[in-house]
Amino acid sequence: MITEKVKIEPEDLETVVVRFVGDSGDGMQLTGTQFTDTSALFGNDIATFPNYPSEIRAPQGSLCGVSGFQVHIGSVEVSTPGDSVDLLVAMNPAGLKVNLHAVKPGSTIIVDTDSFTRKNLEKAAYVSNPLHDGSLQNYKVIEVGMTSLTREALKDVEGLDNDMITRSKNMFALGMIYWLYSRSTEHTISFFNKKFKAKPHLIEANTKVLNAGFYYAESLELIPNSYRISPARMPSGAYRIIMGNTATAWGLLAAAEKSGLELFLGSYPITPATDILHELVKHKHFGVKAFQAEDEIAGITSAIGASFAGDLAVTTTSGPGLALKGEAIGLAVMTELPLVIINVQRGGPSTGLPTKTEQSDLLQAMYGRNGDSPVIVLAASTPANCFTYAYEAARLALEHMTPVILLTDGYIANGSAPWRIKSVAEMPPIHTRRVKEITENGSPFDRDKQTLARNWAVPGTPGLEHRVGGLEKDSVSGNVSHVPENHERMTHIRAEKVRRVKYNIPCLKTEFADSGDLLVVGWGGTYGALHSAVKHMHKEGYSNIGLAHFNYINPLPRNTAKVLARFKRILVCELNNGQFASLLKMHFHNLKLLQYNKIQGLPFSNDELIQQFKQLV
Amino acid sequence: METTAGKGYTFKDFASDQEVRWCPGCDDYVVLRAMQKALPEMNVKKEDVVFISGIGCSSRFPYYMDTYGMHSIHGRAPGIATGVKLANPHLSVWVMTGDGDSMAIGGNHFIHALRRNVDLNIVMFNNEIYGLTKGQFSPTTALDKKTKSSPYGNTQPPFSPGELALGANGRFFARIAGNSPKEIIQLLMEAHQFKGTSLIEVLQNCVIFNNGCYEHLTNKEVKEDKQIFLEHGKPMLFGKNKEKGLVLTGLKLEVVTIGENGITPNEVLVHDAKEPDPTLHQMLVRLHYPLVTGIIRSVEDLTLEEREEALTARIKAKSDFAKADDLFFSGATYQVN
Repeated sequence: MITEKVKIEPEDLETVVVRFVGDSGDGMQLTGTQFTDTSALFGNDIATFPNYPSEIRAPQGSLCGVSGFQVHIGSVEVSTPGDSVDLLVAMNPAGLKVNLHAVKPGSTIIVDTDSFTRKNLEKAAYVSNPLHDGSLQNYKVIEVGMTSLTREALKDVEGLDNDMITRSKNMFALGMIYWLYSRSTEHTISFFNKKFKAKPHLIEANTKVLNAGFYYAESLELIPNSYRISPARMPSGAYRIIMGNTATAWGLLAAAEKSGLELFLGSYPITPATDILHELVKHKHFGVKAFQAEDEIAGITSAIGASFAGDLAVTTTSGPGLALKGEAIGLAVMTELPLVIINVQRGGPSTGLPTKTEQSDLLQAMYGRNGDSPVIVLAASTPANCFTYAYEAARLALEHMTPVILLTDGYIANGSAPWRIKSVAEMPPIHTRRVKEITENGSPFDRDKQTLARNWAVPGTPGLEHRVGGLEKDSVSGNVSHVPENHERMTHIRAEKVRRVKYNIPCLKTEFADSGDLLVVGWGGTYGALHSAVKHMHKEGYSNIGLAHFNYINPLPRNTAKVLARFKRILVCELNNGQFASLLKMHFHNLKLLQYNKIQGLPFSNDELIQQFKQLV
Repeated sequence: METTAGKGYTFKDFASDQEVRWCPGCDDYVVLRAMQKALPEMNVKKEDVVFISGIGCSSRFPYYMDTYGMHSIHGRAPGIATGVKLANPHLSVWVMTGDGDSMAIGGNHFIHALRRNVDLNIVMFNNEIYGLTKGQFSPTTALDKKTKSSPYGNTQPPFSPGELALGANGRFFARIAGNSPKEIIQLLMEAHQFKGTSLIEVLQNCVIFNNGCYEHLTNKEVKEDKQIFLEHGKPMLFGKNKEKGLVLTGLKLEVVTIGENGITPNEVLVHDAKEPDPTLHQMLVRLHYPLVTGIIRSVEDLTLEEREEALTARIKAKSDFAKADDLFFSGATYQVN
């Protein structure tokens, strides 16, 4: 039977959430990245999140081996990878089983029917085939024999073995999705041309499969319609899609170049921070010295050594590693050396949930050391602004001669989003405290009168030879001192030095409302979720809700008390058991706070936040 | 390169204004004075010298030197020194440490420094005891030794620092008694000359908590008979009249007397510190009689910073990226208008 296909105009959508799932070996990350890049080039706003299994090579077809990639694209502002899925592409039964809960009822699921064999169904612990037993009746299921269609498309291409053919079925799926969302295949084909430059038969094969998927979707009656997500309105400029960890690394590169210093990274591999090390080791052409140390402690101590010798020194880690670095951070506090410590937070305590996100290292960053040892604490809040805050961490460390802890988290570190590319020229200046020769007030222990930051005289500078160390030093000469009053004075100086950083950071700004009934307070990586939930409330007419999101944790912005006072009620939302709320209460004793805490290793969902807000207004 | 002769330093130029606070009679004074005397001979500018230490009596060392220095945290000096050297390979970087600092709390950093071969000079003051915490056994304390934390005798078998260092692929290892100032000066200069991680173990007497632990080896009356001072290319002879020597019998080193049983000087082993195979060096390190001192091993190899610098130069030469902007605007970027 031949039906006449009527060309219908694509239907317009504001946003759509697509999740690609399959076996670890099915190429879901690549498929997702290609769809993301193509959509970004088209002008959509984007947020993505990958979801790898924690096993490196889990058994094929198993539930624990499911790999996924979620992308949220929009013609309007998109600030999270999305809570629930509009389109699920499942390459095998395990992928379907693990991800079905996230799919909105009524949404579309595309499956590769060829993978729904008895063996694979058993591995996914399905008693009956979900494609036939009616369990998917609330969804629009599109059944496609992707493996056999791929095989058919490639029957004339020479030089491919069976494995190569099966592995390119992800491109068939991608082709279908391109048609479905009115996307061009052009970007992906040029990606093939570049990637397989030396292997023309792979260019041919992948292009054929991609096109086959595209045309198959076009001619398929089961897909009644295609959709269009128009370009989003974003500030003009050059953009790229960037992952949080990459943005962090690049922020450090920018800070090194701006300050005229060489960048030194001392680091030990730890999930989910290792990608910063992976990124920085690539950049030897900028003179980056990335040193993989024997442990977390050597990661930071090598950085302290490099800082003493005049580099922009950085160490990167996650929660358990920060615990190991505690004593050395105290040394950097005591010696007053500039140092950037980046903690990509994950679920804790102990090994906790290494691949899941959490915000539970806030108080460790603030207080996890012996003695009164204040440091600057910052938190990045989106994948793209990891660049800004890594740069800011370096700037503040260098200008104030103190360690700075930058908190990011697994969610924003592995997520990606469009970044309006910042050139080094447009970044704020960095004034280091380097002294290059003997001058008046140029001794290593002389301080800037405003900031209290000491001078930075590095080895190789004649006449400024001096010793620093972990022992308390005299406030004037810098020599070891056990004088009781001096220790008290020095403790106050170290505290005051960090407190005065508030004059070198911006004031807190609220979004959506300057005053009103409810102020939603957040910090760090929850920004996207809080922002979109508060925005949703305003759309529904709740105009008395504001959002105050903190990137500066210690010191707090100098107008914090005023901002908080303008709202009747304050709701602190965080992915821990109330750490930022405790900190605010310490600062502002009479403050009454409401709390919404989630400790499941997962980000906030839009729905749960909106539900919370509605209970309060 | 500027010569020290031109600089005209004397040992006073390297002494800081800080009062030295070690116990009277401590061997640490000997090493301090030796260092202050050796530095003017080393062809190095004062501002290019950095002393890094951890925690312990010997780790007070940097405060007494008028150079750059850091008295850091327990066991971590090799990590800090590695960072200093990688940041500025031009510097002469010294790690001053003890047996507890380097082999107990800092054991991991110690072996990895030796493995990587960063051009650091490590001087380890081995007094076989914890001095600063007042007399607990250390990782080099002899078995059965009674200390504050082993009142009935030590049950933890000790490390031999030399064995550990050679096992970690240490390229340079020397040992010397704390009452041998001339030899210490000589070894400090050799260590400075050597490109790579050099380790000098100083058998240092703790007058308070472990007094006389090396007495049977270092006493002036016996030292020539109980110690052999090795020099590269020279026969392994010792004794007041160099009448004793070392030979290899099977897989064991043996002490022989020249002239006895028809032994001639030609049969005595000739020291080859530069032999890459560490087998004989290990045997020398383990020997109890005589105690082997001097430079036991000195094998040139590329340093980590040389490897890194060569790699960086190679990458720089073929990279398109000169500035961070070149990277930021490269690849898949797009324009929004």
